[in-house]
Amino acid sequence: MYTASELKKGLRIKIDNDPYVLTEFNFVKPGKGQALYRCKLKNMLNGNQFERTFRSVDVFEPADLHEKKMQYLYKEEGKYCFMDNETYEQIYLTEDQMDDAKNFLIDNIEAEILLFEDRPIGISLPNFVDLVVTEAEPWAKGDTVSGATKPVKLQTGYTILVPTFINEGEKIRVDTRTGEYLTRVKG
Amino acid sequence: MDKSIADDRFILARKTEALHVRARLIQSIRRYFINKKFLEVETPLCIPAPAPEEHIEALRCGDWFLQTSPEICMKRLLAAGYPQIFQICKCFRAGERGRLHLSEFTMLEWYVAGFDYRLLMKQCEEMIIAAARDLGLADRITYQAREINLACPWEAIPVEEAFKKYSPVTMTEALNRDNFDEILVEYIEPNLGINRPAFLHDYPAKMASLARLKEGNNSVAERFELYIGGVELANGFSELTDAPEQRRRFMEAQKMRAQKNYAAYPLPEKFLSALDNLPASAGIALGIDRLAMIFTNAAGIDDVVAFPPEIL
Repeated sequence: MYTASELKKGLRIKIDNDPYVLTEFNFVKPGKGQALYRCKLKNMLNGNQFERTFRSVDVFEPADLHEKKMQYLYKEEGKYCFMDNETYEQIYLTEDQMDDAKNFLIDNIEAEILLFEDRPIGISLPNFVDLVVTEAEPWAKGDTVSGATKPVKLQTGYTILVPTFINEGEKIRVDTRTGEYLTRVKG
Repeated sequence: MDKSIADDRFILARKTEALHVRARLIQSIRRYFINKKFLEVETPLCIPAPAPEEHIEALRCGDWFLQTSPEICMKRLLAAGYPQIFQICKCFRAGERGRLHLSEFTMLEWYVAGFDYRLLMKQCEEMIIAAARDLGLADRITYQAREINLACPWEAIPVEEAFKKYSPVTMTEALNRDNFDEILVEYIEPNLGINRPAFLHDYPAKMASLARLKEGNNSVAERFELYIGGVELANGFSELTDAPEQRRRFMEAQKMRAQKNYAAYPLPEKFLSALDNLPASAGIALGIDRLAMIFTNAAGIDDVVAFPPEIL
């Protein structure tokens, strides 16, 4: 169990049988009054957010969450299928649960699947993935303005801003946390 | 260059101005009280018996405690015949850490024999305006994108009225539902001292363990808090000079603390004896760090101290 004074941003707790993540946390204490902990919480199942103020006597159950490495297999009827390579167990995530991760998903990629009491509820991809540019305006030679960018389409269908010298068929490295171009990958 | 020196220089570079303002603020406050013929005193930080208060936790210091405020010793001085005293010192409160809280912080506390809380509010106003002018600030200062006029008469609003004005429930309802603090923090504090500084005053009697009850209305105490820009800066009151009543309140607070398994403090017996000789007086504690925040337009207390505990 956690006490209110142990709360911090990013902590995951269980309330009314749902897992919540603390998205904001503030300690306040009016003069001569009691310590209060003002929190913003996000339901990790449905994304609903709410604010609540706790007292130092309040206690919280940690959310039973863990991560498991699984391999992406395929997408079918809006669901994304992943497999545990050791047990061959398969699980499915919805579009909502995939969130931004679907923009960077390539066949056979290994990802961390987030489980709440053994139910899959989310995914985290490696911080960096290498993806092929499938559609791009050709590079106009001589256009060497440094810092200039252009939108291109990646193999996953995701559109991203890259430097103008990147051509169709080239591979680039993307930061999956920000969704931004990082560098050109030779190969 | 050594990496840890480089890191200190990097962290402190953006605080340079705030640290200078803070230093000049403290010098200005000293000047104000010295000019008024106050005696500057230094009382021990480590004491055997802090005043038992329901929601303030002292840090242990050997068999004794670090002071949570210099109140106990300063009132003994007052009772012993020092009618105008001030002190700038460190105070310590366990478990208090947030945007406006440091477990170790700097307090200005002063006492005036013959004053009541009304006169003290006036003096507090005068002292802060003098400090602002000393720092070369205009009467209209900007705090967190809001303009605050220090020169026009400061607002004084009773707690009960503030509940009527800003909260969905009355003060009595909040007390009955045991959510006075929550309502205060959520609905009232953000509205206080927005265009000009505000004194919130006349607190429910049980929320002022060392203050005198108001003449003609025993349900409230002659206690006030100063707010500027929604930030609580100071707490002051007309002093309780009734020793048996003070003992009763301390024992009540001890009982509440025991229920919550908080540390038991011995009663400050010498302070209780001294109360018999305490003149009618008023005293106030003001957070220097927070006043420095207001004068440097800093969002948090970390911005006005060189080293918050996390980087020690």
